[in-house]
Amino acid sequence: MAVVTVDGKDIEIGATERLNCIEVARRAGVEIPHYCWHPGLSVVASCRMCLIETGTRDPATGKVTMMPKLVPGCQTPAKDGTVIVTESALVKESRARVEEALLIDHPIDCPICDKAGECLLQDYHFEHGQAERRADIHAFHSRRRDVGPTVTLFVDRCIMCTRCVRFAREVSGTSELMVINRGAKEEIDVFPGFPLDNKLSGNVVDLCPVGALGDKDFLYQQRVWFLKREANVCGGCATGCSITTEHNQDSVYRLKPRENPHVNKWWMCDDGRYGWHHLHDSSRLLAAEHRSAAGSTRQTIEWPDVVTRLRDDLKGAGSLAVAVSPMLTLEEAWMLCAVARSIDPQAFLAVGHVPTRGADESFPGGFTIRAEKCPNRLGVEAVVSLFDQPLHSWNDLLEHVRAGRTTAAWITAGHPEPWIDAATAATFADLKCLVVQDLFDSPLAQLATWRLPAAGFAERAGTWVNAGHRAQSFEQAIRAPAGVWPEGRLFWNMLGRRGLYDPVAVRQQIAESSATLAALAGEMPATGVDLRLQQLAGA
Amino acid sequence: MKSTDPCVTWLEETPLGLAERLYLPLFIQGLTTTARHLISPKVTVSYPETRPTVGNPLIYRGVHRLNRDDQGRVKCVACFLCATACPAHCIDIVATESPWPDREKYPESFSIDELRCIFCGMCEEACPVDAIELTSLLDLTGKSREEMIFDKEKLLSVYDITKDAEPMKSKGMDTGHASPADLGGRP
Repeated sequence: MAVVTVDGKDIEIGATERLNCIEVARRAGVEIPHYCWHPGLSVVASCRMCLIETGTRDPATGKVTMMPKLVPGCQTPAKDGTVIVTESALVKESRARVEEALLIDHPIDCPICDKAGECLLQDYHFEHGQAERRADIHAFHSRRRDVGPTVTLFVDRCIMCTRCVRFAREVSGTSELMVINRGAKEEIDVFPGFPLDNKLSGNVVDLCPVGALGDKDFLYQQRVWFLKREANVCGGCATGCSITTEHNQDSVYRLKPRENPHVNKWWMCDDGRYGWHHLHDSSRLLAAEHRSAAGSTRQTIEWPDVVTRLRDDLKGAGSLAVAVSPMLTLEEAWMLCAVARSIDPQAFLAVGHVPTRGADESFPGGFTIRAEKCPNRLGVEAVVSLFDQPLHSWNDLLEHVRAGRTTAAWITAGHPEPWIDAATAATFADLKCLVVQDLFDSPLAQLATWRLPAAGFAERAGTWVNAGHRAQSFEQAIRAPAGVWPEGRLFWNMLGRRGLYDPVAVRQQIAESSATLAALAGEMPATGVDLRLQQLAGA
Repeated sequence: MKSTDPCVTWLEETPLGLAERLYLPLFIQGLTTTARHLISPKVTVSYPETRPTVGNPLIYRGVHRLNRDDQGRVKCVACFLCATACPAHCIDIVATESPWPDREKYPESFSIDELRCIFCGMCEEACPVDAIELTSLLDLTGKSREEMIFDKEKLLSVYDITKDAEPMKSKGMDTGHASPADLGGRP
């Protein structure tokens, strides 16, 4: 066991752990300020903000020998006997000088900078900078440069930490960004004709410690201090990145990746990052509608009436087939299966349509965008197979309906993109009762006896199981639009359960009922649990 | 704050002296105040027949205005600091990229709910470009709630009406104050 001393406090680190001084200090509860270092990128030690005093303790005599000069904490490995001093006068003086140098040619345009409020330059200046500016104040301008379709660069706000350049080289592997010029004239730029245009480009905006890189989608939409943050999971593909949904007054403004070493590390893809706009699309279905007789027009129906009349309607229609959408959470899928079986004990349960697009895309930084564009296929499969063996797919369901073995169907979807064509939808044309729950109108929804609106990803609460068998629980970030009951609320009420929909209670019930999903019991860690690992451990 | 906080000083109530216990000296003191106001000049005015005089328009907190810059454009850079400072949450701004080459950001819409406003002047205090100011206009009437939500055009027109009588407060004292061009202008 190696022992490192941070400001007089002994910290034990594992023998195989390779940590730098910043990481060790963090364990001691000391934050060493840094701009250019990022745990997911290579070390350049160029910002000089993390300069600290280090020394070594002689194991035999216990005598500490300090280095005569300050060293960058990010570049200095911590090993047994390392002594770190982070708050000496020398270190403080050095930090103030670095801050002063960075601010000499920084356009202090914080009032119109989107980063203001979450800017490291601001934070560190308050904490480590000096109160007065010794340089002459000039009228500064931040030149703006287009570097790609989603990202814009405010050239003069940049502090040249080169995180974005390293990201493009090491993680996305596309190397669009570079440093041009030398010394005080250094700037970030792209080569003419080769813009920053890759599936991970949005991450450079998160990486930027100052306001130099701006997200065009978010630019000037909202000040960051108005945003509320909810830990969420991206529903864009089967990777299921941990994200933070940033919202205000039930409106999503941006999505940010949330650190999860098991899933997405620090990153997320642009498809997911900008994949929330459908939540606020004006063409969303916003009311539950019911058609009493074939050919008549649908009438809007109140949700409490849906709860009672939908059950009666399906009971009267005879045999039931249910498509459990892979967009639903585990809890919702489980409740839907339970509702279906309570209506028709022989109900045919199948996993809903699984949308796929292209092929899996992998990046050098170890990030994968899945072709499967739904977040919870594995979870829904696990739940459906608890109720109905063998497991049926969407195509099995279509065959089942074509063969005329069912007279009623309940199709849950909730896909942000069009997913069914008129020819496939026509399969369901002759049913006595067809329930469709979807975000948008579709050829299938046109045929529906009951057309119910679905919730979007940020409007749900529950658990999703990603392609790596990792189950992640999350809370609802925003309320669904007026007139929309999230699926969980409808199923909860149809099961006759009292009070508000409580996904945690349902999750506990699932965990108790199944050995394969037993790992879902109890408090879920923020990074989720690996169901396969838990099963192996259990066996 | 807890009662044990070192900032709190606990005092004992002083016991009543002879004069207080006799009651009459304090009674005379009170009556003197009443009598003084009876004979002093009246300060009440019969508004709206008589208009009250505004002492110092520089510190009077009346209807808001949005100042224009030297080219007649709205001076506001849509930084939301007034909306952040506002304790009544009565300012609503929609920001967008400015159509002008020397400015980065400007308010596409800017509205103040004058009925919700408590006229505390925090917006004026917070503004880094002296774009929002409180004028000495005190007539604030309307026939509907909607009418009392002043939009950008209306707030700019307040500036047009009042600019001669009340020049911009930042005029001539612009040292240390940023101009809109300093805040994100593009050369």
